[in-house]
Amino acid sequence: MGQAVDVHRLHFAFTITFHYIFPQLTMGLALLLVYLKTKALRTGDEHYNRASRFWARIFGINFALGVVTGIPMEFQFGTNWAAFSKAAGGVIGQTLAMEGVFSFFLESSFLGLFLFGEKKLGRIGHWWAGFLVFLGSWLSGFFIVATDAWMQHPVGYRLGANGAIELSSFWDLLLNKWALWQYAHTMLGAVQTGCFVMAAVGAFYLLTERDEAYGRTFVRAGVIVGTIAALLQLFPTGDLQGKMVADHQPPTLAAMEGLFESQQGAPLAILGQPDVQKRRLDNPLEVPNMLSFLTYRQWRADVKGLSDFPQEEWPDQIPLLYYSYHVMVGLGTIFIAVMGLSALLLWRGKLYDSRWMLWMLMLSVPLPYIANTAGWMTAELGRQPWLIYGLMRTVHGISPRVVAGNAMFTLIGFMGLYTVLGILWLFLVYREIELGPEPGTRPLGEDAAVLAAD
Amino acid sequence: MGTIWFCLVAIMIAMYVLLDGFDLGAGAIHLFVAKTDEERRQVLASIGPVWDGNEVWLIAAGGTLYFAFPALYASGFSGFYLPLMIVLWLLILRGASIEFRNHIKSAVWDPLWDFLFCASSLLLAVFFGAALGNVVRGVPLDDSGYFFEPLWTNFRLGDETGILDWYTILVGVLALLALVMHGGLWVQMKTSGAVNLRAGRLAGRVWWVVVGLTAVVTAVTFRVQPQVMENFTTWPWGLIFPLLAVAGIAGVLFELRKGDERKAFLASCAYLAGMLTSVVFGVYPMVLPARNPVYSMTVTTAKAGAYGLRVGLVWWVLGMMLAAGYFIYVYRSFAGKVVVDKDSHGYGD
Repeated sequence: MGQAVDVHRLHFAFTITFHYIFPQLTMGLALLLVYLKTKALRTGDEHYNRASRFWARIFGINFALGVVTGIPMEFQFGTNWAAFSKAAGGVIGQTLAMEGVFSFFLESSFLGLFLFGEKKLGRIGHWWAGFLVFLGSWLSGFFIVATDAWMQHPVGYRLGANGAIELSSFWDLLLNKWALWQYAHTMLGAVQTGCFVMAAVGAFYLLTERDEAYGRTFVRAGVIVGTIAALLQLFPTGDLQGKMVADHQPPTLAAMEGLFESQQGAPLAILGQPDVQKRRLDNPLEVPNMLSFLTYRQWRADVKGLSDFPQEEWPDQIPLLYYSYHVMVGLGTIFIAVMGLSALLLWRGKLYDSRWMLWMLMLSVPLPYIANTAGWMTAELGRQPWLIYGLMRTVHGISPRVVAGNAMFTLIGFMGLYTVLGILWLFLVYREIELGPEPGTRPLGEDAAVLAAD
Repeated sequence: MGTIWFCLVAIMIAMYVLLDGFDLGAGAIHLFVAKTDEERRQVLASIGPVWDGNEVWLIAAGGTLYFAFPALYASGFSGFYLPLMIVLWLLILRGASIEFRNHIKSAVWDPLWDFLFCASSLLLAVFFGAALGNVVRGVPLDDSGYFFEPLWTNFRLGDETGILDWYTILVGVLALLALVMHGGLWVQMKTSGAVNLRAGRLAGRVWWVVVGLTAVVTAVTFRVQPQVMENFTTWPWGLIFPLLAVAGIAGVLFELRKGDERKAFLASCAYLAGMLTSVVFGVYPMVLPARNPVYSMTVTTAKAGAYGLRVGLVWWVLGMMLAAGYFIYVYRSFAGKVVVDKDSHGYGD
């Protein structure tokens, strides 16, 4: 930990992990809000407008936290990763600047209108405001994923004078095939967070026998959209994402799977603990030939293990990478089961009375957050030891003049501040849920207190 | 191409200062012009729907700076590491204060956020001013193209400069007072009753100090950064920028006396725009002056590859036209004085 590069890495990892708690919900909820607003528009039922106002309040809290924790991310490219920024800013600055110019302006302008202007805009105008917030937040996700995808799989660049990496094709950067699949996979993850949160709140209302009409709406919306997202998450997006890793980052694939020796008919490890020293997986629980099949669609295909690559090409946190990947896939599988079962009960008309299923939906709420985080950890730890895969090592990317002591100081500062924000976030979101979607059930004066700057 | 982007980034930063400037200013005077809960909600409501969008100008300007001048972004941001991190913390606290305050009404909840909102806005104004002061004064860049400035050293303008010295503090104070005036004029325009009166009176009083300090800082700047004088003598047409500032600041007092709240605010915008463009014009072609002029970073040395800058121009113009459209629409939708007795969706109950 004394090394500057370790502190800078932890600095970015900590702040991005905390930050991503918020966008994954707001991106997912934005889609569900459009769903609720569409329902309101088509049925003319005020119920859906109240439901969407309730979720808009929760969206507002999360959005604000996403904004304030997001600014540090852009800044850190310059403050902590100056050598990387100097070399690659001409390329990834494009997508980051486009995020500001094309999505943040859109999103923030129309969120103001969505939260404050329902009466002014009218029914159709307010639907559009909601839709544009959705569009802005999803565009924002794309530009960020495109930035990361370029670091995973650099395209559309050439090396200019004095080592600077220059953009050579704008469309290659934007339409990087890595970006397209990673984007689909990431957004589905966000949709699942939104769905699980909505379904969990609905389940909470049904289980506590309050606001039951809303409870049913929320459970229904969360389960229907969530089932579709859970399935698409695995196939084709997860599957194709894995194939890209196999094609372009073979040591990463081996490390993710805990495969130390190359094998024909490589097994898929379900459980087991990687022992990097002895180059083996302890206590393995494996499905024979499965990894070969999943990677190459042939049961006896040859999959390269870590031993086939020079050790300096190995990701430097193999156990953490292995666990992140396994947690992500394991939870993804659980989501399909939970959502699929709920969808089945919904279809049979039994879901709202199946208390055990509602309990499961309610208790599942932290899981998509964990799965999304684990997914990003898989991507970013898997990219190591490269900062830009094949082009620049992580250790060469840090700010040459920012010493470990200074980075540690600000890391601790962020940890303190984010702990406070995290507590407030839980408190305020729980409070909104407790107050509920019916304005009438709120204590007197409560409505007046939510005004103005929401 | 480098010069074009230099101007575009400058425009974005100026937009940020004009827009987020009034909500920072509104924050800085929050505790002083609004006493009761209803009055404070008036101040918050005056910036509620727009502060977030205003802050996006900072992010968008940062992003544009990043891809157009990567070497500057890398050097400047890592060199100003500590103050930038403090700015981030203040921005976080401020955003949280605005967002969280109105969720609960309690004798311990809203006064806390009111205080944090005011204090963070105040400090941000000073820090942004000091940052500008640092750029004008020059930083200890060396042949590596990097530097690292501690928060302060001995507060003198030697070679071992810190972020805070007497000059940058002076600029910081001017920035704070200018934004107090700017924010006061905004709040005056958007509110009615006691808040309106207090904000207008405060802006009118601060005006005198702003004029005085502007004169002092301008005089000192010519000594601190010789390039400024050189640029104005080489290209005298650049004097339109300081003239804009003078016209703006004069307009503020004139319109305040006449009682035209909207024009007074617009005059203040002209003043801020004039001041910023004067600075930018004064340091060109440097993007980051060094204490030792040999190492100064210029438009040419800091810019990105030609292809990227050309492509960027296309989408930037397109994106900015869209953004301008949204802003005009949003500001029109929320035009007029704020009314605080309706729920957060403007839906009534």
